[in-house]
Amino acid sequence: KRRTMMNADLRRERAAATFQPEFLTHILDGGAERTRRRKEIEALVLNDPDFQHEDLNFLSRSQRYEQAIRKSSLMVMKLREYGIADPEEIYWFKSFVHRGRPEPLDLHLGMFLPTLLTQATPEQQDRFFMPAWNLEIIGTYAQTEMGHGTHLRGLETTATYDPATQEFILNSPTVTSIKWWPGGLGKTSNHAIVLAQLYTQGQCKGLHAFIVPIRQLGTHEPLPGITVGDIGPKFGYDEMDNGYLKMDNFRIPRENMLMKYAQVEPDGTYVKPLSDKLTYGTMVFIRSLIVGDSARSLSRACTIAIRYSAVRHQSELKPGEPEPQILDYQTQQYKLFPLLATAYAFHFVGAYIKDTYRRISGDINEGDLSELPELHALTAGLKAFTSWTANAGIEECRMACGGHGYSRCSGIPDIYVTFTPSCTYEGENTVMMLQTARFLVKSYTQVSSGQRVTGMVSYLNDLSRQRIQPQHVAARTVTVRINDPVSLVEAYKARAARLVEAAAKNLQAELNHRKSKEDAWNRTSVDLVRASEAHCHYVIVKLFTAKLSEISNAAVRAVLTELCLLYALYGISKNTGDFLQAGILTDAQITQVNQRMKELLAIIRRNAVALVDSFDFHDVHLGSVLGRYDGNVYENMFEWAKKSPLNKTEVHESFRKHLKPMQAKL
Amino acid sequence: GVNPDLASERQTASFSVEKLTAWLDGGAEQTRLRRAVVEAIERDPVFSRENQYFQSQNERYEAAVRKAVHLQKKMHEMGWSQEGPESKYIYRAVSGDIAFLLHRIFMRSISVLGSDEQIAKWIPPASQYQLIGSYAQTELGHGTYLQGLETTAVFDVTTQEFILNTPKISAMKWWPGDMGRSATHTVVFAQLYVHGKCYGIHPFIVQIRSLQDHSLCPGIIAGDIGPKMNFEHVDNGYLMLQNVRVPRENMLNKFCEVQPDGTYVRRGSQKINYFTMTSVRISLISTEAVTPLMKAGTIAIRYSAVRRQSKLKPGEQEAKILDYQTQQEKLLPQLAAAYAFHFIDNYLQELFDRGYREIQRKNFDMLPELHALSSGFKATVTQYCTSGVEICLRACGGHGYSLLSGLPSLYTKIIASCIYEGENTILLLQTARFLVKSFMAASTGQSVPPSVAYLAAAKPRKCPARNKLDFLSPDIYTEAYQHMAVRLISSTAAKLQDLIQSGVKKHDAWNQCTVQLAQAAKAHCHYLTVKNFAETVAKIESKAGIQKIMKHLCDLFALHGIFSNAGVFLHDGYVSGAQMDMVTASYLDLLAIIRRDAVPLVDAFDFTDKSLNSALGCYDGQVYQRLYEWARKSPTNKQISPAYEKYLKPLLHNRLSKL
Repeated sequence: KRRTMMNADLRRERAAATFQPEFLTHILDGGAERTRRRKEIEALVLNDPDFQHEDLNFLSRSQRYEQAIRKSSLMVMKLREYGIADPEEIYWFKSFVHRGRPEPLDLHLGMFLPTLLTQATPEQQDRFFMPAWNLEIIGTYAQTEMGHGTHLRGLETTATYDPATQEFILNSPTVTSIKWWPGGLGKTSNHAIVLAQLYTQGQCKGLHAFIVPIRQLGTHEPLPGITVGDIGPKFGYDEMDNGYLKMDNFRIPRENMLMKYAQVEPDGTYVKPLSDKLTYGTMVFIRSLIVGDSARSLSRACTIAIRYSAVRHQSELKPGEPEPQILDYQTQQYKLFPLLATAYAFHFVGAYIKDTYRRISGDINEGDLSELPELHALTAGLKAFTSWTANAGIEECRMACGGHGYSRCSGIPDIYVTFTPSCTYEGENTVMMLQTARFLVKSYTQVSSGQRVTGMVSYLNDLSRQRIQPQHVAARTVTVRINDPVSLVEAYKARAARLVEAAAKNLQAELNHRKSKEDAWNRTSVDLVRASEAHCHYVIVKLFTAKLSEISNAAVRAVLTELCLLYALYGISKNTGDFLQAGILTDAQITQVNQRMKELLAIIRRNAVALVDSFDFHDVHLGSVLGRYDGNVYENMFEWAKKSPLNKTEVHESFRKHLKPMQAKL
Repeated sequence: GVNPDLASERQTASFSVEKLTAWLDGGAEQTRLRRAVVEAIERDPVFSRENQYFQSQNERYEAAVRKAVHLQKKMHEMGWSQEGPESKYIYRAVSGDIAFLLHRIFMRSISVLGSDEQIAKWIPPASQYQLIGSYAQTELGHGTYLQGLETTAVFDVTTQEFILNTPKISAMKWWPGDMGRSATHTVVFAQLYVHGKCYGIHPFIVQIRSLQDHSLCPGIIAGDIGPKMNFEHVDNGYLMLQNVRVPRENMLNKFCEVQPDGTYVRRGSQKINYFTMTSVRISLISTEAVTPLMKAGTIAIRYSAVRRQSKLKPGEQEAKILDYQTQQEKLLPQLAAAYAFHFIDNYLQELFDRGYREIQRKNFDMLPELHALSSGFKATVTQYCTSGVEICLRACGGHGYSLLSGLPSLYTKIIASCIYEGENTILLLQTARFLVKSFMAASTGQSVPPSVAYLAAAKPRKCPARNKLDFLSPDIYTEAYQHMAVRLISSTAAKLQDLIQSGVKKHDAWNQCTVQLAQAAKAHCHYLTVKNFAETVAKIESKAGIQKIMKHLCDLFALHGIFSNAGVFLHDGYVSGAQMDMVTASYLDLLAIIRRDAVPLVDAFDFTDKSLNSALGCYDGQVYQRLYEWARKSPTNKQISPAYEKYLKPLLHNRLSKL
C-alpha cells in the first residue's frame, strides 16, 4: 500500500509546536500507562476485520441498525474473550467498535443489567441475571412516556396488584402513558424494566420497577397484550431502535416486581423501602459521564475544524501574497480557540467529578451520605452547563468549516446529532439548572441564618461579613489581575456570589407579596438559572486553574496556562454585563480583557494543531474527511462522494421516469 | 376536535388573528390569494410530504423531480405564471421541497449576464425544460472568495472556442444544486485566459449531459457530492472538466466579450453584478430564514400549550409548560424576533425596489448602501433565526428530536443559510467596511446614506430612564441601541486608525480588528431592526388591538436584546447597573403579558398543518395521538428487518452461554 504524504501545512504546524503532544495525551488519559492501554484496546478493534463496514453515511436507517446490532453482538462476545472487565476499558472498546455512536444494546448493558444488580432480590437475580448476561434475555429500561419525561411523578403507567392470582396487571391507560423513547425497545429487546405507579389494596404507592417480558422467546413476536414498535426517524440515533410500548391488562407474576427495597407481599401488603437517597448515586454517575462526553464530543469537533482550517487557504490577508490558511484570520481563531480551551476545561471537570464520585462512593458504602447532596446538585448543573456549551460549540466548529462542514463527510453533523440529545436526556437542562439553583438558594439561606456552608459554595460564607454594607455583595473592589488565572477565579467567584444573592433576594421579594412558594419560584426562575450558570462557570474556571499546578512538564504547563487564561477571559468577554454591573471589573479592564484575549489567540495559534493532536483521536474514530490526520482533504472528499447512493448508476432512474417524459410533452 | 388546552388559548386572544394575518400578508386580498394557492397545491397528493421523514436520499431526490415536473402541469392547469403574483406562494406551499430551483438561477443569470442573442437562444428552450440548467460557481477549494476560483477557460483563436479545464482537484466544481444528476447544462465560472493573459472570472454555458440519453458529455466527470445535513432532495453535484470545448458564443457577454481575434472588450458597468447578489441575499431572508423561524415558533408554542408537566401549585393539575417562566424566556423572544425580521424584510424590500428603479435610471448611488445592508442583514437574520429554530427544537424536550416534530429538518435546513450566498462572518466584515467608511465620512462632515446618518449625530449622553416603565418607551430603548452601535463602530474605527498610525500595515490592522468589526456590524443591524420595528408599530392604526400587541412584541424584542447583551450597554456607563435591573424587570414582566397571546400570535402566521408537517405543531393540538399514529407508519414497523433472523436470533438462542 502506498504511503500517503502528509499535507505540507500540517507538517509545518506540527514541527512548530512548542510542546510534545504525547505528554499532554498522557495527562488527558490519566497517565502514560492508561494511554498505552487505550491504544492497545483501540488496536484490537481497528485490526479486527469483523468490525469493518461500509461508510455509515451511505446506509439507510434499517441498514445502520443492522450493522450496529451485528457489531454489538460481536462486541459482547469479544469483550469476554479478551477478558476486558474494567468499566473504563469497556467504555473504550465499545466506543471504538461503534465509533462514538449509540447502539441497540446500550440500555441492556447500561441500565437493564445494572438495575438487576442493584434492585433485584437474590431470587430475582438467579432467574434473570445469568440469562441476561448471556443475552438470552435482552432488556431495556422503560421509564419515559409520551406525556412525561423529567418529571417522574407524573408517569401514568399502572401496575395493579391482584392478590387472587398473585399477579400485577400492567396497563397503559391513556395515549400519553405509552412508553416512548427507550432505546432497544423498538426491535431488539424481549424484556423491559417498566416503571409504573403501583396500586395495591386500592392505594397508589408511587413509582416502582417491574420486569416485563414483551416478546416471545423464539419467535420474537410481541406477546398478547403488548403493542411494541419503533418510534420512527429521529435527529440522529439512526442505529438505535428507540421504541414505544403499550400494555393492555398485561399480567406478570408478583415475583417480577424488583423487590430488593420495596415489597408487595402475597396478600397485597406494601412494605416501604428504607431510604431513597441511594438513587442519587446512579444519577450522579450518569450525569458525570455526560460531562466527559461533552468534553470528548467538543474535542472531536475542534480537531476536525482546526486541522481543516490549517489546510484550507482562502482569500488574501496581504495584497499580492498567496492565499493564507484560514486559521490565520482573527475571526476564525476567535471562533475556534475558545472552544479548544473549553474542551480542555471540560476534560478536567469531567475527571474531577469522576474522581470525586469514586471517593464519595466509598463513603456511601460506609453509610456516609453527607457529601452526596452537594455533588448531586453540582453534577446536575455541570451536566447542563457543559452539554449546552458543547452543543453550541460543535455547531460553531461546523460553521467554521464553511460549506464543507455541512456535508456529512465532515463528520461534524454526525457528532452533533449524536451529542445534542444529551441536553435533554438524563434530566432536561433547564430543570437541571433549577435543581442546582435550589441547592444554591438553600445554602444562601443557611448562610443568612448564621450557619456556615462547605464545599464549592463556601464563597457564600463571605456574604454575611458584608451584610453591613448596603450595596451589592461584590461591589467592594476586587483587584483583578487579568493575567493571573487565580485572580480570575476570584472574579468568577464574586460574580457567582452576586448572582446567587440577587436571585435569592428576588425570590424572597416574590414570596413577600405572593402566597404560593411555587409561583414565586417560577417568577424567579430566569434569575435562578443565571445564578446556577455563574456558579458552574466559577467551578470550571477554578478546577481548570487548579489543574495547572499539577502539571510537571513545563512546556505543557505553559500552553495549558494560556488555554486556561483564554477560557477565563473569553467567559468574561461573553458576560461583561455581569462583571460590570457588579463592579467586579471596570470599563477599562473589560477593554484590556478583550485586548488580552486577542493576543492570546495569536499566541495559541502556533500550538493549535498540536493541541488537537493531543486529543489523540484515530482517523477511524474521528470519521471525518476534513479532519484527517494527514490533511489530504480534497482528494478524499472526491473519493468519498463517488460512493454516494445517488451515484450508483451514471444516469439516475428518475431521468427515465420523470425528466424524459416531461421533455417529450412540453 | 381541538384540544381544549389550545381552544382556551384562542378564546382569550386580545386581537383579531384574521386581521393580523391580513396585515402581515400586505392586505386581505393577498391572504385570499395565498390561501388559494396553498390549498390547490396541498390538495394534490403528488405534493404530499407526509412520508418525507421516512425516505432515503434517493427517494427524496426522485420525489423532488416528480414534484417539479408535476408543478409545471399544475401551473398550466391553474393558469399561474412564473412571473405572476402566485409564484412566491407556490414556493411557500411546497416548502422548497422541489427540484430545479437552480434551473431558475441558471435562467436568471443568462437573463442578467447574457446578450440579447444569448437570451433569445437559451431562454425559450430552458423555459420549456428542453434543457435543465445549473449554476456552477463554488469549487472544492473556494467559496465566498470568488477571485480565488481555479477553473480555467482558455480562448483558442484557431477554432474560436474556449477550452475549459479543472487543473487540479481543488478546482473541481462542488455543491451546485441540480448538477449531480439532473442538469444538462450549467453556467461555469472560470478564469478567462486569452493569449496567455488572465482576465479574471467569467461565466460560460457548458453542456454536461446528453439531451438524448442523459449520459455525461465527453470530457465531463460529474456526480452527486453525497449526503448532507439536509437538502436530500437536491442533487448537489461535482463537476470536473477535461479539455471541454465550447464555442466563443457561450461566454455570457453582456458586459464583456472576447472578439474573434482574441481582443477583450469590456462594456457597461459591472456594478450590476453586485445588484444580483444583493437581490438574492434580500430575497432569501424571508423564505429561508424568517419563514422557518415562524414555523418552528408555531410548533414549539402550540406544543407548549398542550404539554403539561409538573405542578406549579400543589393539588392542581399539572401546568402547561408555556406557563413556566424559563419556557417563556426561551420561546417568546423568538416569536418577537420572527415579527421583527418580518418587518425588516419589508423595509429591505422597499429599499431594494427603490434602488432598482434608480439603477434603471443609470443611477448607481444607492448600491453601496444596499450592498452593505443586504450583506449585514443576510448574516444577522440567518444567524439569529438559526439559533431561534434550535432553541424551539430544544424547548420541545425529547419529542423535539423526533423527525416527526418537524423541527430537526427545519433546523438542518436553515443552518445552511448561514453559509450559502456569502459566509456570514465575511458578510459582516463587508458591512463593517462600509460602516467604517461612512463613519469617517460622517465625522468629517460629508454626507452619508440615510441608514448610517445616525453616525454623524453621536453625542455622549446617559440613558434618561428612571424606572422600569421608562424602558417601555421606544425612544428610550432605540436611543440606547443607537448609542451602543455608534460606540462600537467609532471605537473600532479609532482602533483601526491607531494601529495604522503606529505603523501596522493596513491589512494587518484590519485583521487585528475583525472580531470587533463583526460585532460592530451586528450592532448596526440590531439597532436598525429595533428602530424599524418601533416605526412600524407607530404606523399601525390602532384598530383590532393589533397595535397594542405589536408594541409589546417590539418592547420584548428590544429589551431581550439589552438583557442578553448587557455588557455592551453597561460599558461606558450609558446604562447604569440600576437601570439594567429595571430592564430585566420590565423584560420579565413582558413575558407574562405576551404569554397570554402567544398561541394567537403564531396562529396569525397562518401555516397549514401540511406545511408545518409536524406531529407537535398541528392546529388542533392532538399531539400524542398524531405522534403515535404517525410513528406506527414508520417503515421500521412495516418492513421485516433482516436483523432479527441474521443477528438477533443467533444471539438470543444462547450462542453466548458457552462463554
